[in-house]
Amino acid sequence: MIRVVFTPNLRRHLATPEATVAAVTVAAALDQVFTGNARLRGYILDDQGRLRKHVALFRNGDKVDLGEPLAAGDELYVMQALSGG
Amino acid sequence: MGDAVLVSTRKGLFTLRRSGKRWKVGGSAFLGDPLSIAMHDPRDGRLYAALNLGHFGPKLQVSIDQGRKWRELPAPAFPKSDAKDAPSVLQIWALEPGAPAEPGRLWAGTIGGGLFRSDDSGESWSLVESLWTVPGREKWFGGGNDAPGIHSICIHPGDPKRMAVAISLGGVWVSEDGGASWAPRTKGMIATYMPPELREDPSSQDPHRLVQCAADPDAFWVQHHNGVFRSTDRGRRWRNVKTVKPSVFGFAVAVDPKDPDRAWFVPAIKDERRIPVDGAMVVARTTDGGKSFRTMKRGLPQKNAYDLVYRHGLAIDEEGEWLAMGSTSGHLWFSGDHGESWDMVEGHLPPIYAVRFAAL
Repeated sequence: MIRVVFTPNLRRHLATPEATVAAVTVAAALDQVFTGNARLRGYILDDQGRLRKHVALFRNGDKVDLGEPLAAGDELYVMQALSGG
Repeated sequence: MGDAVLVSTRKGLFTLRRSGKRWKVGGSAFLGDPLSIAMHDPRDGRLYAALNLGHFGPKLQVSIDQGRKWRELPAPAFPKSDAKDAPSVLQIWALEPGAPAEPGRLWAGTIGGGLFRSDDSGESWSLVESLWTVPGREKWFGGGNDAPGIHSICIHPGDPKRMAVAISLGGVWVSEDGGASWAPRTKGMIATYMPPELREDPSSQDPHRLVQCAADPDAFWVQHHNGVFRSTDRGRRWRNVKTVKPSVFGFAVAVDPKDPDRAWFVPAIKDERRIPVDGAMVVARTTDGGKSFRTMKRGLPQKNAYDLVYRHGLAIDEEGEWLAMGSTSGHLWFSGDHGESWDMVEGHLPPIYAVRFAAL
């Protein structure tokens, strides 16, 4: 299973509890979270499903893109990139 | 008569309320978040607020209780596409209600260049494909932003099928059929930032703001990157109004809702510098359709003032009795005498993007 954690800065706008999902890519893991939290999708992805320019994804501490693979036990952190501050 | 003003700022939405001839802040919402535009829908009293969250994208909120509680609505979004560089909405830049006979209809202009329509009070949105696919759209580009943006939507009060939109940077487009088809209307405008052969090209014009007189909806004013333009025939011909002092450059324009000849501008130094001429804030007003202008400064700072008034930063109420003006330096002024004198009501607000009257 994959643990997905969202930046606490999102909580001002909507609930983003930690999630545990089964997925083999970063995109698939996020999709699973969005299934139960549809509004969150527009905060992380743009109209075309691309990662928003100022959102950053980390897998076990390494910055990754949506297409990267995940393995059981991975932790995915969804953070705001300071580039957008 | 204007009873309230919605002030959209870099750090929240502020509501100013009037008591007699005095204005004061009556409430705030979304403190800390950037607002791009707000709107009161006179048909049902709803308030809409468009946010531009730096990291998390454009958002839309609605309130049905005059701003006490807000609920997030879906933001307008482009359809999914496999095209490389497929568009995404970067900011909601214009919000307008449809006609009284069209309950629930809203229009949204966006940076990204899309015009969107809702028929259910913002619960869902669809791209106006007819404008997105007009010949020449590929020439639109971002004027001061990463992508072109629709900032002005004018709907004929007596015939809502007659619409006009203005785009920075993409010209003025008019529809006579409720948005089913569009034609460019820029004849007479000139774009000196383009090569000579493109200076009169419709899609290369940069109207900073388009306004329409409610009592004479064929009368338009545009504050353009290269000057002030006026049309009395729904944009078929534009006259270059060169008499504005101290400068024909600026972003904002307001027209008297009862008198198409009376309009206000906030001149600044063109065009990369964008500061008041000589560090002095003034408002220029014409009462004769642009033949002459009066420059007014009473109550406005005349030394070391570097306020810029953005395109939505000047507004007039629907009776034409009050003007409101907000600046990038967080100053908010009101005038109850047609701009002759100004009263600074707030001086330390966040940078102001938009002011708009509301009958709250």
